[in-house]
Amino acid sequence: MNQSTAATAIELVGVEKAFGRQQVLKGISLQIPEGQTTVIVGASGTGKSIILKHMLGLIPPDRGQVLVFGQELGRLSKRALNEVRTQFGVLFQNAALFDSMTVFDNIALPLRERTGQSEAQIRQTVHDRLGLMDLQGSEEKFPAQLSGGMRKRVGLARALVLNPKVVFFDEPTTGLDVSKSNEIYRLFHKTQRQLGYTAVIVSHDVPKIFKLADAVALLADGIIQGCLTPEQFQLSPLPLIRTFVEETMGPLYSSQQEEVGFYEKV
Amino acid sequence: MRQQLENLGDQTLYQLQQAGRMGMFLGACLLQLLRPPYPFRRILRQIHFVGARSIFVILFTGAFTGMVLALQGYYSLRKFGSEGLLGSAVALSLLRELGPVLTALMVVGRAGSAICAEIGIMRNSEQIDALECMAIDPLRYLMAPKFVAGIISLPLLTFLFDVIGIFGGYLIGVSLLGVNAGTYFQGMYASVEWADLEMGIVKSLVFGLLIIWISAAKGYFLHLERDGGFGAEGVSRTTTDAVVLSSVSILVWDYLISAIML
Repeated sequence: MNQSTAATAIELVGVEKAFGRQQVLKGISLQIPEGQTTVIVGASGTGKSIILKHMLGLIPPDRGQVLVFGQELGRLSKRALNEVRTQFGVLFQNAALFDSMTVFDNIALPLRERTGQSEAQIRQTVHDRLGLMDLQGSEEKFPAQLSGGMRKRVGLARALVLNPKVVFFDEPTTGLDVSKSNEIYRLFHKTQRQLGYTAVIVSHDVPKIFKLADAVALLADGIIQGCLTPEQFQLSPLPLIRTFVEETMGPLYSSQQEEVGFYEKV
Repeated sequence: MRQQLENLGDQTLYQLQQAGRMGMFLGACLLQLLRPPYPFRRILRQIHFVGARSIFVILFTGAFTGMVLALQGYYSLRKFGSEGLLGSAVALSLLRELGPVLTALMVVGRAGSAICAEIGIMRNSEQIDALECMAIDPLRYLMAPKFVAGIISLPLLTFLFDVIGIFGGYLIGVSLLGVNAGTYFQGMYASVEWADLEMGIVKSLVFGLLIIWISAAKGYFLHLERDGGFGAEGVSRTTTDAVVLSSVSILVWDYLISAIML
């Protein structure tokens, strides 16, 4: 763990957001270190996905700043914001595949729109990515013909196709059974090792997600209650973190007891 | 009393915000039309959807509109002994008013509703967010081809409507009611001027823009609807709103353009 020495990829400073009369974020301050995996946990409906949307520049904050590689998103022109976004990959909660396009076209879209690659090169890249995700033979299927797990894998393939520096995962395993969840985690582990991207994961798959995390942040009552290593998080004396850990995990968990390289073998 | 005033102010602000959003949306979409490169394949696909696939319904409604115009026109004109004017009455009604308006209303029902629902579902299922996150501008990628298709398709569909309507009128007036064929067309040549055609073209261009603008913007801003734009019900309600608003706008603009150009 070298959180203190890693450069900051994304930083939120005092971000506040209200929808109507409901104040969802009440001053979020959070640093996402480069090359590491930060997991944001919290009960459903507390605004975890809203934090992601702020980082992506999809929602402007009412107050506060969102800095990506030192640039404040609120001050950027549309063109500059798009430049920043070329470094992003996103796996949405429901994969957000374009349902009128085939799997092939879904993954090829960022290449066709954002690069000057020839159709032959695009075909090669897409086939490589489909192979990486164990999706060979699904090129001509439409998203509606795929299972939930396959849709997530196509979503991940599309998110990674431009070799992004930062990848956001919004509830990557929600709605999947245990083996499909492990499959997504295995692919995450494999691709992050290959591509070395910074990962921001919003999840409530506790404690499994702790095995992948370098840092865990709890969102409760509209603020980040603490951004700690998984071990520190589970042993934290802070009341809200303590309650969350006990509610979601029951008995205390220690990563020192976990099997080394667990996800490489799943 | 104070509560009522607050509600009134709140509602006014919301409507102003909506109008502002829609105006900015239109401006941004039109700006995208000026920026090359042009995605010809996507434009052609939209022309096929908005235009080519509306042809059958336009031919059908055009024929019956012409037929009923001839039928009603004949019995009205006969009272004054002016059956000879049937051709010009049918042609002028179609070219100036009924052609553009009914074509636009048919396209609202067939393509406008589909565009609103498609964009609304894309918004709800985060597909539009996904495009933005890939640094692909949804206005350029999704909306601009639809605007081009609307502006190209509506005048062409209106021409079809007019032509088939005139022949529908011929069928009833000449073949069924016995008006002289030469008189039917001669009256038309004598009375129809370029200004009548021009009015029809201007109207169909404006209606094409209006339909795509309202339908696409309603779907695009679905998530900002105050009474909840989420889920299947949200999409259906917004689609209904888009159809009603487009239809009303067409009739209002029809009056305004007629008043300005006459």
